[in-house]
Amino acid sequence: MTSHPTAHELLDAVASYIEQIAPKLQNRDAFLARVAANALGVVRRELAEGSQADRRAEARLRTLMGEDGDVAALNARLCEQIRAGAFDDREDALLDHLRASAIDQVRIDQPGYSGLTAALARATTP
Amino acid sequence: MDESALEAALNRLAPILANEPGWSADKVRRLSGGASQETWAFSLVRDAEPRNLILRRRPDGLSERDNRTVPLSTEAALIEAVRRRGGPTPAVLRVCPPEDGLGEAYVMAEAEGETLGKRIVRDEMFAAVRPGLARRCGEVLALIHGTPLEGLPPLTRASARDEIERYEAIYRGTGAARPVLEWAFRRLMRRAPPPGPQVLLHGDFRNGNLMIHPEHGLTAVLDWELAHIGDAASDLGWLCVNSWRFGAYEKPVGGFGAYEDLLAGYQDAGGAPVSLEAVRYWQMLGSLKWGVMCLIMHQAYASGADPSVERAMIGRRVSEVEIDLVNLMEEGL
Repeated sequence: MTSHPTAHELLDAVASYIEQIAPKLQNRDAFLARVAANALGVVRRELAEGSQADRRAEARLRTLMGEDGDVAALNARLCEQIRAGAFDDREDALLDHLRASAIDQVRIDQPGYSGLTAALARATTP
Repeated sequence: MDESALEAALNRLAPILANEPGWSADKVRRLSGGASQETWAFSLVRDAEPRNLILRRRPDGLSERDNRTVPLSTEAALIEAVRRRGGPTPAVLRVCPPEDGLGEAYVMAEAEGETLGKRIVRDEMFAAVRPGLARRCGEVLALIHGTPLEGLPPLTRASARDEIERYEAIYRGTGAARPVLEWAFRRLMRRAPPPGPQVLLHGDFRNGNLMIHPEHGLTAVLDWELAHIGDAASDLGWLCVNSWRFGAYEKPVGGFGAYEDLLAGYQDAGGAPVSLEAVRYWQMLGSLKWGVMCLIMHQAYASGADPSVERAMIGRRVSEVEIDLVNLMEEGL
């Protein structure tokens, strides 16, 4: 990692450039500028929260599956096991992991999504 | 085909469409950038009041097989069949033969209103019609589903199991590893209902394809390219997928209404009994299908076929589907 500029400074610079030119754009270009700004938001949140989310997922997967490995390998293995029926009688344990992963991911991808608000409200309701 | 060639072809066609010499085409403009269909608006003009029309055409070089969509002549026939039953679909003026020079295309009347879901769900302008929309959607779906299948052009059939198998195969082809989608495929397959009454389905009945007028409500059902035959509950569930509620999570029907209103409208208009359970099953399957569609659209970016930032970003909408699927599973689905 380096500074002068940091990755965050570069993101800010590109974001403010898009903000600056957006009013001059029309129709599809204006739409794509909004999408581009949203994409930078995703990158910003992934830089800030992604590695922690991965660490949490890895810890959950190790417990759930009783196996070692990095998060990508465990995740791929989980897909195979689900498909093979290994969780058909452990639905609750699986769903706990899936819920936590989905919440972490949508927080990065679309933090304002209504389904996230609903999931979080459910989690805090006794 | 470029815009000027299209305009020239529409100009030649104008007197035929108006059924009178002296008319020409004006204000030709592209409306949607759909990958499988082009939609153009234009006006017929002479000295009288202009008539606003819509041209739907298949982009050059694409066939319906590329997208599993119906031929445009089938779309036109279904729109007319539903219209004859009193359904809100625009009048089809002409299914274009090759000599019109427009390729595979048809021309229909322009419907008045708004299709943008965000405005329909949130804008004050639609506050007066919103409370009746879910019921009206139920009525219109009953009308579409009641269309006799005899005499319709050939259509594919798809049960819940067929849909799950098809979308699972597509998902496997993308190489993505998404445990929520895996679990949803498995749960939905294990709980697949026995096929219900087999009816004509619109196939994409949701915000974006529904023309809503601020006073008259639902004025037109558009985009029939995914029409097929299958379970009635499929169309009802698709309308309830959270991805087109535009933030109005508490109003499951399109972000504007309640399940009960949708079902009441459906039943009162003569629809066969459909249970809330079946609607919710198909809603979950609908979310899963939308997730796979997002992956497909991202693939268009990854393969270089469509290098737009929009196509790149749509892959990040898969997590919205995942949280919706988790919420549904927690509710027992």
